[in-house]
Amino acid sequence: MWSLLKIELFKVFKRPRTYIAFIAVWAIVTLIQVAIYVDGAKYMDFVLKDVKDNFDVIGNPLNGYFVCFIILQTLLIHVPLLVALVSADMIAGEANMGTLRLLITKPISRTKLLLSKFFASAIYALILLIWIAILGLFVSMLVFGTDGLMNAKSYEIIILNGNDIFWRYICAFGYAAIALITVASLGFFFSIFAENSLGPIVATMSVIIVFTILTTLDIPLFQSVKHLFFTSHMIGWKGFFEMKLDADGVSIPGTIRNLPAVLKSAGILTLHIVLFTGAAIYIFKRKDVLS
Amino acid sequence: MESIIKVTHLTKVFKEVTAVNDLSFTVQQGDVYGFLGQNGAGKSTTIRMLLTLITPTEGDIEIFGYNLLRHRKEILRNTGAVIERPDLYKYLTAYETLELFAKMSGIRVSRQSLMEQLEMVGLAQRAGSKVRTYSQGMKQRLGLAVALVHNPQLIILDEPTNGLDPQGIADIRNLILMLSQKLQKTVLVSSHLLSEIEQIANRMLIIDRGSKLVEGTVSELFSPDDTVIYIETTDNNAAAQLLRSGEYSSSIITMEASGIELKLRKDQIPALTRLLVESKTDILGISARHSLEDYFLKITTANQHVEPFKN
Repeated sequence: MWSLLKIELFKVFKRPRTYIAFIAVWAIVTLIQVAIYVDGAKYMDFVLKDVKDNFDVIGNPLNGYFVCFIILQTLLIHVPLLVALVSADMIAGEANMGTLRLLITKPISRTKLLLSKFFASAIYALILLIWIAILGLFVSMLVFGTDGLMNAKSYEIIILNGNDIFWRYICAFGYAAIALITVASLGFFFSIFAENSLGPIVATMSVIIVFTILTTLDIPLFQSVKHLFFTSHMIGWKGFFEMKLDADGVSIPGTIRNLPAVLKSAGILTLHIVLFTGAAIYIFKRKDVLS
Repeated sequence: MESIIKVTHLTKVFKEVTAVNDLSFTVQQGDVYGFLGQNGAGKSTTIRMLLTLITPTEGDIEIFGYNLLRHRKEILRNTGAVIERPDLYKYLTAYETLELFAKMSGIRVSRQSLMEQLEMVGLAQRAGSKVRTYSQGMKQRLGLAVALVHNPQLIILDEPTNGLDPQGIADIRNLILMLSQKLQKTVLVSSHLLSEIEQIANRMLIIDRGSKLVEGTVSELFSPDDTVIYIETTDNNAAAQLLRSGEYSSSIITMEASGIELKLRKDQIPALTRLLVESKTDILGISARHSLEDYFLKITTANQHVEPFKN
C-alpha cells in the first residue's frame, strides 16, 4: 500500500497541473498581504468604524494573526475548488489518458488502487494546506508581527490575547484539513463515473456552490436539513477562535466556546469522507472498465 | 501440452447487446494464438474479461489452471498486456514509465535490467525522453516493454498494430516472434487483420458477433499451397469456356465479364497459363489473391460488408 501511495504521489507531483493550486495560493496570499501592508490602516478603520467611538484599540491590531484570519476566511472558500482539480482527476484522468485499464491489469486489488489514489489526493490537500499555513500564518507573523487577535462578528467582538492564539491556528488548520479532505473525497467519488476530468471537477464545484448557497439561505424548507450538508460544517474552524464566557460574561482564555459543536461538525465531515470514499470503492469494484 | 488459458462458455451482455456469446477456447503453452474477428466482433470484450477489466455475465476463465476471479492477483502477476492504444503517462520518460509499472507489478528491478528491456524494444537511446515526444510506433513498443517488465509467462496483446505504419507493424511482429521463439512466452494476440496474424500465429480463433466461428492451427484452417488467382484476358468468356471444359472446372470460383477467379495449387499456375497461351487467349493480367483472407471475409458476416467496387 505504501509503495502504491508513493507511486500515486510521484504521478501527482510530476504533473504541471498540480502546481497551479500552489501558484494560485501564493498569488492570492501575497496580494492580500501587500494590500494590507500598503493600505491596512484604512482597512482597520473600516472594520472598526462602528466601535471606535466606544473603544480604545491598543497594541497592533493589524498583526500577523489578524492577516492570517483574513486570508483563511478568503481562501478556505476557494481552496476546495483547487483541491477538486486534482482529486476529481484521480480516476477520470487515468480513464481519459487510457492508463486506467493498464493499472487494473496489474496485480493490485481495485480497493488498494482506489485507496492509494484517495490517500494521494488527501496528502495533496494537506500539502496545499501546509503551503497556506506557511504563507498565510508564518510569513504574516514575520512581516506584520504578533499581537492579540480581534475577531469581529456581527453581534460581538472577541479579543484573543497574543499568547492564546497560535494553538488555535494549529487546531483551525487541523479542522481545515478535514474539510479539504471531504472535498477531495467528493471529487474522488465523482471521478469514478467519468472518462474525462472536466465532468467530475465541474460536478464537485457545483455541489459545493449549490450547497453553500442553500446553507446561507434562510429559507425554512432548508433550515431543518442544512446541518446535513457538509458545506455547513466547512467553516467550523472559526469555532476555535471563540472563547467560553464566565458567569459575568467575561471571556475565559484558553477555552473554546462550543467545543462539542466543533467536534460534531468535524465528525460529520469525517462521516462524509468515509461515505464518499466507501461508495467510490463499492461502485468501482463492480464497474466494467471500458475506457 | 499444458493449457495456459481455458475459456468455457464465456458470455458478456451489455444491457441488450450480447458482445460475447458462449465462447470457448483454449490457448496452449508456447502458442502464439491469433484471435481474429472484424471490428466489433467481441475480441476486445473477451480480452478485457481475461484481464479482469470486465466481469463476465456467464462462463469461466481459467488461466495457468486457476480460476481468474478467485486468483486474480496471482494470475495477473504472471500476465502482461497491451490493450489497444499504447496509452501511457505523457509527462513521464520511458525509463520512469517502466520503473513505475515494475513497482506496480510488485517487483524491484535494477536500472540495468530496465535499460535492457528498453534496449529490447529499441528505445534505450530515448529512455530519458518524455513519452509525449514519442511516435505512435515508439509508444506501442514502450507499451510492450511495460507488458514485459515483470517477465510474465503470458502476454495478451489487443490489436497491437493499430495505427502503426508498415515499419511499426513489422517491428511489433518481430517482437512477438522473438517473445515466442526466443523467450518461450505464450502470446495471445488479437487483430482484425488476418495478414498480420497468419505471419506470427501457430493457432487461431476466428469470432464473429461474439461467437466462435472456427478454431485450429493455421494449417488446419488453410493449406498454404492453395491460392486464389484472378485472370483477366482479352476474351474472358472464351477463356472461361476453355477452363470449364478441362481439369480446372472445379477450381473456378467466379466467372465474370471482367475476369475469372480460380482456387488452385501454386504448381498448377504454369500449366494454366500455358493452356491459355496455346489456345491463343491473350492474358492481360494474373493477380494472386489470398485465399485465407477470402476465407476470413467469407465466414465473418459477409453480408455486412460493402461490395468491392468493380468498373
